[in-house]
Amino acid sequence: MKVLLFLAFFLFSISGNANPETEERIRRLSEKLRCLVCQNQTLADSNAELASDLRRQLREQVAAGHSDDEILDFLVQRYGDFVLYDPPFKATTLLLWLGPFVLLAAAALVLVTTLRRRRRAPEEPALGQDDKRLVERVLGPATPSGKPDGGAR
Amino acid sequence: MKRFLWPLAIFIILVGFLVVGLKLDPREVPSPLVGKPAPAFELPILHQPDKRFVPGDMRGKVWLLNVWASWCVSCREEHPVLLDLAKRGVMPILGLNYKDKRDDANAWLKQFGNPYELSAVDADGRIGIDYGVYGVPETYLIDAEGVIRYKQIGPITPAVLEQKILPLVMSLKK
Repeated sequence: MKVLLFLAFFLFSISGNANPETEERIRRLSEKLRCLVCQNQTLADSNAELASDLRRQLREQVAAGHSDDEILDFLVQRYGDFVLYDPPFKATTLLLWLGPFVLLAAAALVLVTTLRRRRRAPEEPALGQDDKRLVERVLGPATPSGKPDGGAR
Repeated sequence: MKRFLWPLAIFIILVGFLVVGLKLDPREVPSPLVGKPAPAFELPILHQPDKRFVPGDMRGKVWLLNVWASWCVSCREEHPVLLDLAKRGVMPILGLNYKDKRDDANAWLKQFGNPYELSAVDADGRIGIDYGVYGVPETYLIDAEGVIRYKQIGPITPAVLEQKILPLVMSLKK
């Protein structure tokens, strides 16, 4: 039975009866849809049995003269938004679509503020009290000219 | 010390997301059909091929529609739970025999027992598509008005039955 069916499809596909425009439409649609069995594949890529059933649905609906939107709606009503390979842009997916840009903007803001702060800050940080004491102990007290007196003592 | 607080906070939030993500099962796609009327169909009955079943026959009852097939391995795991539920007589269980061969299906029921009042035969899986079936077993809880109230993807475990399905059935029957 399956061999016969295959043969029939094969003959059908090489007989030139298949309208290349229709085929192209079915291919385009099946690339927009997700196979729910192997979830990281589109319907076009998947060999799962459900995928071939759904491709058959696509073919029938195209043949029945439904528009692309009607066909996608048909599947969304049954399988939910998840069946669309690209999630739709709506309130619940706002974070998904805009999140990366928000993160990018936040990162840019942090970068700019840190760079600005760094530019404003003195090149070399002033020594703390403890550091000064340490320097004086090793090098001796600072001379008025600002140079240590060479540790001559 | 303070400068490490921000990265630490971000790290903890990230870990939180990942922990939640680990517990989610990506195979469980929420069904848009929950809360909507169960799609109508008319299919032959497994043990009476000349008779047909429509979901409308179940009006006024809370019932389970269990999608099964003889080739489905997880269905065997689920089967004892269904048999037990049928024995308790809580609600009618009906089968949707999905993309199966009649002889295989009958033999399977003979071997493992039949919890179903009847099974409708969806030989080419078209009704399965209407119900958004993408993996067998799947089970729909349908109320007296014919509205789908719950969908179980994968086998019904005793825990799911006691904690989710039965309490829902009790509230629906009131």
